[in-house]
Amino acid sequence: MFEDALKPLPEKAFDYFAAVHLLNRAGFGGTPSQARALADMGLNKAVDQLVKYESQPVEPVKADLFDNSIMSPLTDEQRETARKARLSNDEEALAALQRERNRKQSEDRKQIAQLQKWWIKRMIETPRPLEEKMTLFFHGHFATGYRTIEDSFHMYQQNQLFRKFATGNFAHLAHRIIRDPAMIKYLDNDENQKSKPNENMARELMELFTLGEGRGYTEDDIKAGARALTGYTFKDDTFYFNNNNHDTSAKNIMGKSGQFDGDGFLDVILARNECAEFMAGKLFRFFVNDFSGDMSKDQKAFILAMANKLRASKYELKPLLDAVFSSAYFYSAQNRGAIIKSPIQLTVQAVRSLRTPVRELSALASATDLMGQNVFFPPNVKGWDGGRSWINTSTLFIRQNVLVYLLTGRKPDMYEWQASDIPFDATHLVDHLRQPDGSVDMASGIEYLLRFNLAQSPSPLRLKQVMAFATSRGERLDNDRIIAVLALTTAMPEYQLC
Amino acid sequence: MSEHNIPYSRRLFMRHGVALASMATTIPQFIQNSALGMVAQLAGNPGGAGLPQDRILVVVQLGGGNDGLNTVIPFGMNEYYNARPTIGIPAPSGTAKGQTGVALMLDQKRGLGLNPSLKGLKSLYDDGKLAVLQGVGYPNPNRSHFTSMDIWQTANTGAKGNGWIGRYFDNTCNGTPIQEGSISIGRTAPLALNGQVQKPISFESAELFRWLGKDLHKSLDDPYQQINRAGILPETTQTSQAAFLMRTALDAQLGSDRIRAAVGKPSLTTWPQSEIANQLRIVSALIRDGMPTRVYYVSQSGYDTHGGQLGSHGRALQQVGDALAAFQKELAAQHAEDRVVTMVFSEFGRRVKQNASGGTDHGTAAPMFVIGSKVKAGVHGDHSSLTDLDQGDLKFKQDFRGVYANILDEWLKAPSAKILGGTFSKSSIIKA
Repeated sequence: MFEDALKPLPEKAFDYFAAVHLLNRAGFGGTPSQARALADMGLNKAVDQLVKYESQPVEPVKADLFDNSIMSPLTDEQRETARKARLSNDEEALAALQRERNRKQSEDRKQIAQLQKWWIKRMIETPRPLEEKMTLFFHGHFATGYRTIEDSFHMYQQNQLFRKFATGNFAHLAHRIIRDPAMIKYLDNDENQKSKPNENMARELMELFTLGEGRGYTEDDIKAGARALTGYTFKDDTFYFNNNNHDTSAKNIMGKSGQFDGDGFLDVILARNECAEFMAGKLFRFFVNDFSGDMSKDQKAFILAMANKLRASKYELKPLLDAVFSSAYFYSAQNRGAIIKSPIQLTVQAVRSLRTPVRELSALASATDLMGQNVFFPPNVKGWDGGRSWINTSTLFIRQNVLVYLLTGRKPDMYEWQASDIPFDATHLVDHLRQPDGSVDMASGIEYLLRFNLAQSPSPLRLKQVMAFATSRGERLDNDRIIAVLALTTAMPEYQLC
Repeated sequence: MSEHNIPYSRRLFMRHGVALASMATTIPQFIQNSALGMVAQLAGNPGGAGLPQDRILVVVQLGGGNDGLNTVIPFGMNEYYNARPTIGIPAPSGTAKGQTGVALMLDQKRGLGLNPSLKGLKSLYDDGKLAVLQGVGYPNPNRSHFTSMDIWQTANTGAKGNGWIGRYFDNTCNGTPIQEGSISIGRTAPLALNGQVQKPISFESAELFRWLGKDLHKSLDDPYQQINRAGILPETTQTSQAAFLMRTALDAQLGSDRIRAAVGKPSLTTWPQSEIANQLRIVSALIRDGMPTRVYYVSQSGYDTHGGQLGSHGRALQQVGDALAAFQKELAAQHAEDRVVTMVFSEFGRRVKQNASGGTDHGTAAPMFVIGSKVKAGVHGDHSSLTDLDQGDLKFKQDFRGVYANILDEWLKAPSAKILGGTFSKSSIIKA
């Protein structure tokens, strides 16, 4: 009965701006010529190119890209030295140990900053935007924060795990995440022992990662789940199952009983209908519409259809994503411009779609932090709330000003960003509108720039305002004028939508 | 719920009836602007709950772990001088070593003084406006800056969840955030202000609270203003994300005008020169302007004093002490003293024993300060023992969540148990 909700868009309805919509949502936008190429492929091939991205060659991630030794645990010898120093209250030795700890931590903070820049750069440059977009989705879904775990290499490992499973199998990823050192540390599962169970991971696993708050489980299920997860810990950079700390006794979890371990516990959860529905709902908000207020009837029907698809594919994500991006509903007017861009989306999409200079990666990292999305530092285990919570009177100015920086290289006076004088050649944005003499008609150029950037047809009032400005400055739509028009367009409230 | 949590169009409706409210979406923007400008003016006048005569909390965060033992000096305890042979601050009656000077007398009988650099705080104490809370901390102390700061900001010993001030708003605003309910002066807003519904705004300087595009060319300013002050465009669905953004854009322009004008106005008193003084000066200007803000948050760093701390610690203390005294003077000149309470904290204190580099390493409990004319001035609680230690660190006497509880219950009149997720023994700091 839900098949209808996912019915595909008629091939001929996949026009240029539908391709722009697909590029924005399934990735981080593209240039006018990329959108043209995608539109020319037709819907099926276009969706395939984005979803089945394995055919797109990508720069492999080198194994030694980040240093895994900065925060490695103390050797037995070092531990013994520290123990002795504490016992004898050897001030000097203790101070030396503290200094060494501080040195390691400060080096590790430098590495996490490198990691942030590396990821933002990858999102900007990748030929597989959906791979990075789903990695970002899972970073927000299985939120783990550097502040708590203080180990940049573990954050990197987790990031790679999300990339590997980006459009893979969600159930398989869930089985991997309970073995992920960063997650284990973040949710205290390294302290979850048979003799004193720690419920943190079991609770968040059900509440935030799979079922949704209060959906079909009780406090007793959490307690039993925690016992199933005892002994799931890590040594240095790898998962370690501590048999001695694991509770092998029988457990009752949501009506099933057995000597569940972590995997058994997860299998019980993953078999529940609530799980596919919860994930479908989250993916809907991330890709289709991050509506505020009550869910409409057709939204609900679409989410249920997504959940069915996910169950039918045994949690394989590709068939679901393919169906969503091919559906008529995804392209319907109500779902255009229906998502408030995350700070990462805003920044990366601006660079990818306008092809502005990247300026300075550390400035972009700092900007996304100022706008409320510091990657690797989610505010808590719930991740970023998204939607309207991104926007307030101060983040709105920062959003507008980051665009001024990307377009022109001008930075706010007090920011520590590097000003940049790399020129931005924006003329490519209107190349397809050039007349035989090389000129671009002002009115059609401006209308196109607004339509391309605003996710929806611009309001006549906005068009009039920008036209009045542009014509007052001369007759040619040259590079400077395009940039001025872009400065105004990106300062429009609607520009925050995609 | 105050009127301030309500979108402009509804606020206009409540105050001025249908005629004006309808303007927010349909009337040409120049008329609308003048109408809204008028309302922005009106909002500055005292009115119902949530309006300016309401109480304000200012939070001052000392980042890095302030050395409590060299802030409030237990000169009556010999162990203090044994533990700190070269960095101990001499008793008020003692002999100054080098340039540091002797402790300022706080309480002769209890043997307590203030760091000699805290002349500003001492003046507040003498005026009966300073409460010194001794030995504030929490169980199973964490010595990581990040984690301990998160514990203080979330009021959760697992360092998890939303900020405690964010939860204060969440619990009192009926599900609609209060625009400019909390303001942080700084680069990014602290976790403490982050709620489920309520999100803080933050800016480093009022000059950054505006669009920089007009610096490119002055001709851009007019169209920019038209675009961002237009409010909700006629063809836009009221409940849509676009409408929400258009409304916020208009709020941002009005907020920007107001904040920049307020901060640009000369203060009533003179201020010392320092970063923390500048932050507090901005706060005082916003209070004077009658912003609807209930909580302001400022911070100073530089307290991670692992080596050669006497000079650097003294400088940091002097800056914050002088700034707090200047802030209180400015509030008095504004006749706003009775509406403002200021709370000063750090993520942890430092070890009792000085280290081999003339500094101190990460520790546990430390004093807090609460300032204001409505504060029960004096020293609260007993100093932590310097002999009964936990791995060389002070044991706490007062859980910081009890201090929050007191401020929430007695000052902000909010249900602390609900906000903090439990009850904590409180020392009573606010005058009835």
